[in-house]
Amino acid sequence: MNQSVRHSIKTFIIDNFLFGDTAYDLQDDVSLIENEIIDSTGVLELVAFIEEQFGFTLADSDIVPANLDSVARITAFVTSHTDAEALSKAPA
Amino acid sequence: MCGFSGYFGDGVAPDAARPLLQQMVAAIAHRGPDEQGIFVGDRVGLGHARLSIVGLGDGQQPMTHANGRFTIVFNGEIFNYVELRDALKAQGHVFRTGSDTEVILHLYERMGPDCLSRLNGDFAFAIWDAREQRLMIARDRMGVRPLFHTTVGGTLYFASEVKALLRVPGVKARMDPLALDEIFTLWAPIAPRTAFRDIFELEPAHSLTADRNGVTIRPYWTLQYPDADAPAQHTDARAAAEELRSLLTDATRIRMRADVPVGSYLSGGLDSSIVSALAAPMAAEGLSTFSVTFGSEEHDESAFQLQMAEALGTRHHAVSCGDGDIADSFPEVIRFTERPVLRTAPAPLYQLSGLVREKGLKVVLTGEGADEVFAGYDIFKEARVRRFCARQPGSRIRPHLFRKLYPYLPGLRQQSAEYLAAFFGAGGEGTDDPLFSHRPRLRGTAAAKLFFSGDLRRELADYDAAAELAARLPHDFGRWHPLHQAQYIESRFLLPGYILSSQGDRMAMAHGIEGRFPFLDHRLVEFATRLPPEMKLKGLVEKHILREATKDLLPSAIGSRTKQPYRAPDSQSFVGGNERGYVRDAFSKKKLEASGLFSPDAAGKLFEKCRARPASGYRDNVAFVGILSTQLWQETFSKTRTPDAQAA
Repeated sequence: MNQSVRHSIKTFIIDNFLFGDTAYDLQDDVSLIENEIIDSTGVLELVAFIEEQFGFTLADSDIVPANLDSVARITAFVTSHTDAEALSKAPA
Repeated sequence: MCGFSGYFGDGVAPDAARPLLQQMVAAIAHRGPDEQGIFVGDRVGLGHARLSIVGLGDGQQPMTHANGRFTIVFNGEIFNYVELRDALKAQGHVFRTGSDTEVILHLYERMGPDCLSRLNGDFAFAIWDAREQRLMIARDRMGVRPLFHTTVGGTLYFASEVKALLRVPGVKARMDPLALDEIFTLWAPIAPRTAFRDIFELEPAHSLTADRNGVTIRPYWTLQYPDADAPAQHTDARAAAEELRSLLTDATRIRMRADVPVGSYLSGGLDSSIVSALAAPMAAEGLSTFSVTFGSEEHDESAFQLQMAEALGTRHHAVSCGDGDIADSFPEVIRFTERPVLRTAPAPLYQLSGLVREKGLKVVLTGEGADEVFAGYDIFKEARVRRFCARQPGSRIRPHLFRKLYPYLPGLRQQSAEYLAAFFGAGGEGTDDPLFSHRPRLRGTAAAKLFFSGDLRRELADYDAAAELAARLPHDFGRWHPLHQAQYIESRFLLPGYILSSQGDRMAMAHGIEGRFPFLDHRLVEFATRLPPEMKLKGLVEKHILREATKDLLPSAIGSRTKQPYRAPDSQSFVGGNERGYVRDAFSKKKLEASGLFSPDAAGKLFEKCRARPASGYRDNVAFVGILSTQLWQETFSKTRTPDAQAA
């Protein structure tokens, strides 16, 4: 799950914010803001992508750099959400 | 207001001089549709295209002094020419014309290059001293009027616009990659660099002297701020406001001098409203005002424009910048800016000057310059908030102030305090950085370099445009107040490099219109540098002292308006129903590969992204317009062919 989430997120970022620039070495822990990969509009695009791709809605309090400012952070955030949802839907 | 061109040196054969000057002048004929003239001397030639404004019947150029020694070509206006002429007459000078041009000739005769310090005006000129065999070209203090030069085979060529220089045999239009890097960082090349390799701009407040000993370029005036810890020169706010009002009134009064009617731009904001209010009672036959309106509520200010026009009783004219207008004019706009641009904002101003010409006027006042001189831009407030945040880096409360600064940017309104702090780099580091005030903008703009091609990136690998900017700051810059540092960067680089050129002179002169700028009168500029920072930016209220000094002039709804930056729709101007063939062409793989400046894949994806969702963020908009305008620049200028060899 982790790997496919990571791959999906990384692909979105490369396609949408780096415009397919595969020469850019996007490391998992690189800050998207400090490296000017994402701007304020881009954050909203990222939120829309996560909601559409992974099927849950982010609360305003979720939209913080601690959750969304690198591939690794987004992966961890999405995974924790989807895991929690799967757990809540699992039969008791 | 006019255009001129010329040369100095042995590179032009006697029989080639007139045809060359004629071609150079023809290339800038839009600047001076009323008359054209040529002077050819020994190793020197001057050409002039005239827009008649002062001395309609006797101001022809090139103009030679009665003594035969000095000859001048001149673009612009000397607003204090009446006072200077009276003083020179009292000293025995005899004038043959009523023009300001002749005043420069006599002042130069008396003072030589030092005459520049006496001129209050927007000017560029070339003056030839036949006895000393010396040429001087010079440009006004703030960079209102343009002047470019290049050297071919030891001969100096100069002109009001680059397109005249491209008529010189041996001069080629080649993009300077360093200039492109600067534009994609600072919005403009850092003068003297231009977009054209080996063609240079004479910097504002500089003169160039050429004689048999060579060429010397030097400043005759500098923009200077006091040390932050120096005693304040103005402590009484009321007295300072009165002095400001007096200076601004006089700056407007002398800018109403013309032998033709003077109109005024009216954006609906504070600055042009003040200028129009001061000018209205001075206009003998009533004032005509001119505005641009937009279909989109986000950009339109027509309600304020109409309110102000009604309050002043002006003859008001408006042109609507509607769907497709920006796309229709953009290639022509780039032909006049002569440099790539990152915003579409020049295009509506091109339309506006067309309206002025259509209504039969040649001269307009504008409110440009007030934001630099009296600290009106958001970037000044932003820097203040960033410093405020930096004092308490982890604060969740302080970053909310950023929302107050940019209520018109929806992307920011919805962000958390943590994101706001991160976007503005408000973590606390770097407050000693000389470019602190501009770092977020520089970084945000430079992000568009992502689209540069691999070849261009390799060529620019060791180049840092921001470092170049920092290296150009004066030695005492570090001692100035942070607000003054930020004002200097805006006034010294962005103002002449973008606002006064791409949005100013070039868009006005495309239709033979002269813009005049009361806020850039050097007496007012110098006065404002000496004001304490808090009189200009009081808390987060911009241009405080200007509001105080003029509050009786304006309806309160306009006098108390928060600055609304002048913006026009960017990428959305070129997609959907506004898409034109040249836009598709510019973003095509074939054309992108041909120019070699941008990655065809990345630029193609950007085009598709903006087509799918036109309201993308700052970086994408800047990149879209930057790529499009650079491609248009290549298409327009790289095809320019110089005539067959005419030089000796």
